[in-house]
Amino acid sequence: MSVLVIAEHDNKAVKPSTLNTVTAAAKIDKDIHLLVAGHDCAAAAQAAAKIAGAAKVLHADAPHYGGQLAENVAALVVSLAERYSHVLVPATGFGKNFMPRVAALLDVAQISDISGIESADTFVRPIYAGNALATVQSKDRIKVITVRATAFDPAAAEGGSASIEQVTAAADPGLTRLLGQELTKSARPELTAARIIVSGGRGMGSGDNFKILEALADKLGAAVGASRAAVDSGFVPNDYQVGQTGKIVAPDLYIAVGISGAIQHLAGMKDSKVIVAINKDAEAPIFQVASYWLVEDLFKAVPELTQELGK
Amino acid sequence: MKVLVAVKRVIDANIKVRVKSDGSGVETANVKMAMNPFDEIGVEEAIRLKEAGTVSEIVAVSVGAQQCQETLRTALAMGADRAILVETAVEVQPLAVAKVLKAIVARENPQLVIVGKQAIDDDCNQTGQMLAALLNWPQAASASKITLSGDKAEVKREIDGGLETVAFKLPAVVTADLRLNEPRYVTLPNIMKAKKKPLETIKPDALGVDVAPRLTTLKVQDPPKRSAGVKVADVQELLHKLKNEARII
Repeated sequence: MSVLVIAEHDNKAVKPSTLNTVTAAAKIDKDIHLLVAGHDCAAAAQAAAKIAGAAKVLHADAPHYGGQLAENVAALVVSLAERYSHVLVPATGFGKNFMPRVAALLDVAQISDISGIESADTFVRPIYAGNALATVQSKDRIKVITVRATAFDPAAAEGGSASIEQVTAAADPGLTRLLGQELTKSARPELTAARIIVSGGRGMGSGDNFKILEALADKLGAAVGASRAAVDSGFVPNDYQVGQTGKIVAPDLYIAVGISGAIQHLAGMKDSKVIVAINKDAEAPIFQVASYWLVEDLFKAVPELTQELGK
Repeated sequence: MKVLVAVKRVIDANIKVRVKSDGSGVETANVKMAMNPFDEIGVEEAIRLKEAGTVSEIVAVSVGAQQCQETLRTALAMGADRAILVETAVEVQPLAVAKVLKAIVARENPQLVIVGKQAIDDDCNQTGQMLAALLNWPQAASASKITLSGDKAEVKREIDGGLETVAFKLPAVVTADLRLNEPRYVTLPNIMKAKKKPLETIKPDALGVDVAPRLTTLKVQDPPKRSAGVKVADVQELLHKLKNEARII
């Protein structure tokens, strides 16, 4: 049987998390179909058709998919799911929101946030904020899965030539209306797609002080993240949060500044290739996962680092 | 208006879990247990709605072993009015919990169900959305602000790019995120009072719900350890290492 991947997109382009999910799907079966559900999303469907490994793209275009509301997307996926052995989506805000509805309506378990695939019915997933890895087996007729994007390499965005098939929209459940979005605008890369991340914690002291991290990030072409403590203190918006309940990231380089290293923060970044920690507290738990650590006042070290990089 | 809140008993968030040597799970014997922090936020929100006069009754539900009574007593001490334990020795998974909650909703007819967005043990992030689907109700997952007026609700929810606001008619399911509120501490007098509040125990069979797990855990392991890092003396050395050793910048 084939595998259905629900593409995450913004109606114009496919989000990188979709590429990682295609790689996960390829470990299950080579007949990979992608569903692009949105409004005026033909460009995204065309982008999906170019992904290496995609056999077919299902394009569902209707006004009630524009906001990607959970109730609406779930109804569509359920209408298609019986043709597939597996349905996969990235374990991002997008996937987490609607996929459990799909599982419940199909009366199957959802296997959340998988980081490994042992066989078509056996998967590895982190539990307890990544402090343990569980290997679980599902005997359900359809495997409904969310995929931890950082655990799988991205498929090539170009090189595929999948056919695009129009699919009929499911009826609009009309349960929920999207009133609006407040999206953080930034010229910097997205956290989950960045090669380098500079992240700040409670030690930053204020939102204003994040400017020194932004200066460093701009020198490195990096994204800016934060610990829960920094978000809860109101220094930066919620979408900066890296951790168990925020974003899961695994960049080539993660620079943790003024972050003590609570378990739930480590859960979101400890799979980064190289971790640098800068903290004046020599006992900070973040040092236990750091590749390189520097015990120094961040207000001295960060500007110096930025300046040295400019030389 | 009646609100239903669901609470899960989990290992306390401040405890570092240990994987059992036989790989069957994590050590729970003699480990401090607590209410799932996200559920605590859900209970707090229900209480604030009651204090604001919007909500008249709060019913707390837990599904699991007999010890979940303690978790329910905490919810009662915070301010819930009564509690229901759906008692089972079986390992309950999100789909089973959603089915149990659906059966409780049929008995209690709440206008709003609030649950935590995820439990910090299995990190599933499923139950609220599953319940909403089974009831064919609207949902607002990862809520950071709930505004009720009459039978209408507006919820601000946390999404990857920032925030979005959704509107719907009640009844509905909302899942609580971190920024919804800061839960209160329970006081000793309220703990004493909570002992007198009603706590009903029923079995899943009585609700006609099959709670058998769908996923079988084959093994639980420690995650791979990171190799030990290096302390650097200053920014110069750090840059040197990043350029020449890690070759990352």
